[in-house]
Amino acid sequence: MKHTLVALVENQPGVLQRVANLFSRRGFNIESLTVGHTETERTSRMTIVVDGAKTQVEQVIKQLYKLIDVLRVSDVTDDRTVERELALIKVHCPSATNRVEIANLAEIFRGRVVDVAPDAVIVEVTGNDEKIDTLLGMLRPYGIKEMVRTGVISMVRGSQVTARVTDARMLDAAG
Amino acid sequence: MQRLTGAQILCESLLKEGVDTIFGMPGGAVIPLYDTLFQYPFRHVLCRHEQGASHMADGYARITGKVGVCLGTSGPGATNLVTGIATAMMDSVPMVAITGQVPTYMIGKDAFQETDTTGITMPITKHNYLVMDVNDLARVVKEAFHIARTGRPGPVLIDIPKDVTTNFASYVYPSRVHLPGFRPRVQGHARQVRQAARLIEAAKRPIIIAGHGIILSGAFAELREFAEKTQIPVLTTLLGISAFPETHPLYLGWPGMHGMYYANMAISHTDCMVAVGMRMDDRVTGRLNAFAPHAQIIHIDIDPAELGKNVPTAVPIVGDAKHVLEALTDEVKPGHHPDWMQTLAQWRIQHPSLALPERPETMSSPWIIRELYHATEGKAVLVTDVGQAQMWAAQHYFFERPNTHVTSGGLGPMGYALPAAIGVQIGKPDEEVWCITGDGGFQMTLEELSVLVEEKLPVKIALFNNGYLGMVRQWQQLFFDRRYAGVKMWNPDFVKLGEAYGIPTVRVSQVDDVRNALDWARGIDGPAMIEFVVEAEENVFPMVPPGASLQETIENAEEVAPKMRQVAVAVGGDAGGV
Ligand SMILES: Cc1ncc(C[n+]2csc(CCOP(=O)(O)OP(=O)(O)O)c2C)c(N)n1
Ligand SMILES: [Mg+2]
Repeated sequence: MKHTLVALVENQPGVLQRVANLFSRRGFNIESLTVGHTETERTSRMTIVVDGAKTQVEQVIKQLYKLIDVLRVSDVTDDRTVERELALIKVHCPSATNRVEIANLAEIFRGRVVDVAPDAVIVEVTGNDEKIDTLLGMLRPYGIKEMVRTGVISMVRGSQVTARVTDARMLDAAG
Repeated sequence: MQRLTGAQILCESLLKEGVDTIFGMPGGAVIPLYDTLFQYPFRHVLCRHEQGASHMADGYARITGKVGVCLGTSGPGATNLVTGIATAMMDSVPMVAITGQVPTYMIGKDAFQETDTTGITMPITKHNYLVMDVNDLARVVKEAFHIARTGRPGPVLIDIPKDVTTNFASYVYPSRVHLPGFRPRVQGHARQVRQAARLIEAAKRPIIIAGHGIILSGAFAELREFAEKTQIPVLTTLLGISAFPETHPLYLGWPGMHGMYYANMAISHTDCMVAVGMRMDDRVTGRLNAFAPHAQIIHIDIDPAELGKNVPTAVPIVGDAKHVLEALTDEVKPGHHPDWMQTLAQWRIQHPSLALPERPETMSSPWIIRELYHATEGKAVLVTDVGQAQMWAAQHYFFERPNTHVTSGGLGPMGYALPAAIGVQIGKPDEEVWCITGDGGFQMTLEELSVLVEEKLPVKIALFNNGYLGMVRQWQQLFFDRRYAGVKMWNPDFVKLGEAYGIPTVRVSQVDDVRNALDWARGIDGPAMIEFVVEAEENVFPMVPPGASLQETIENAEEVAPKMRQVAVAVGGDAGGV
């Protein structure tokens, strides 16, 4: 099963390498990993999507906690979250009719065409995994020349802070 | 405020951390550091290979409980330290390794003797640092020592570019560390402790397995009180040997691949296992799906990641062994398990595992170890290498005093014993230290004999010369139809070798000379070496074949074939190597 983990890390050189190493060493496949700044200076936030059984994921969380630069880790898979990913998709588009069709499709998914060339357009779309996959499926018949996705970022809904929600649960489980 | 060079800041900081001994070797990138180092009151022990330095620091740390410090130059100095750092990581040994690095402005240019040392050591250190600014150095040293010794101990590496050691900065040693991501939990959760106590009280066939964590946390008295109050028999892991006195009536030996038959049976029949400061290593558990099949497991460890990693637990308790055992002893009611003790005694009579003849026909290695036990009355510190001799020492020497058995369990690098024994002897000058090694392992680090002489250390070396990489030969004999591949060794004249170093050395080939030689070595004021020319094809038993469960412990070579057929049916694959 896919799990979405959120890790708050200290912004030290090598921290990304440490996290990536840990996953490969423990035999875990990372589906996606994003890193970015947070509201706090010197703290970065990673959103990591991994595939694995629950016990395996728990083990990885505990191993992540052992990294000195890792401040907090939460498995937000079962939480109510806002999940977002941005995709840029370059679609083969030789005619004006195609262009209109593609623009319409993008709009249905709240995406838009952000670049136009004689035989191609770039579609930009944000959303969760599923939404982007669906749009991709719709665009595929036109011919996808190129595509890039940022990987998922995730935030727990409501007024609580993401890390705190699951942190309490984790500590309890650890005894 | 004082302005000091990086090298001075490092030395001042090491003094602040209580460092008195440094094991290392100089080189281009650390010449300025050495220049300063020798103006400070450290004992610098010059290794002859940096692997030696890392194992020396390891032995020193294990025996004193202090952080061991080793030092090497950039490039080859750093890569040579790697084996010892990995050893310390696997066995949770507090260590700080310091390496020189090319100057900051040359990093990334493939400069002479540049290696990505932090990259190489990332997976084998608890944490590591590349110090790019001399202003960070004091803080980094402070953090490194804190991390190395706090929680589950381990090695921390500090990589210091040459110009950082010569640049100036103001020096104040920080009084505290700020590491929000590192807060190990020491006290056990009270609710979990209560839950554990109730399980223990209800158990009919309980056992305790004590690991290295007992020694690391100094929980000897706490373990003993807990065992005596609950009357639960105590097993140790290989690294837990000497955590509990072996002549204590509750002591039940150690389980696992070369553990005692009755210890393996105890695990296979227990209904409640209290595992403390151990990590369910595959050499202890045997085939996992048949490990402790009837047991509710209470697992106590300071590292939460060990709980549930290999074996599901009924009650996980995160905390330091000393604190948790204390709390558990307070909480639990006194116990009594006469039937279970009876069963265990019965197994022990029927399968003694460690029985030896009064006087063997041939030069039997386990018997020689037993003679050493008698000669030293179980009071020596044994530092053992890797292989058959290691297993026989662990089996046939009965350790009486806390922390007197030093061996590498997790990584198992041949060549560990001699340098580690040097570190042990330096850490405890008044102890009788024996280095127990095979002819193969000895030849991996024998260059450190120079250090033994140079530093005037009275380490006694018992070299078990069977002419083979014996442990591998045993596997090839038992599991590969005797197809010996790459295990027979031509060996030098070890007596002449010892003498070339100025170390009194004798060769013993007769059973009747064993005791005399041991007494002779013990009487020498300084190092001494005995080469025991032992039976070439003796095997270590009991043995749990690779892939087998602890119930499938075999006690002699004849049992191997039928047992392996059973195992093959059960697993259909291999489960590990030597
Ligand atoms: C550095 C290293 N290389 C290889 C091995 C694999 N290995 C484990 S035991 C052993 C044989 C050791 O031979 P020796 O030191 O003579 O001891 P014996 O088993 O004969 O007592 C070998 C090769 C190892 N543990 N470490
Ligand atoms: Mg040998």
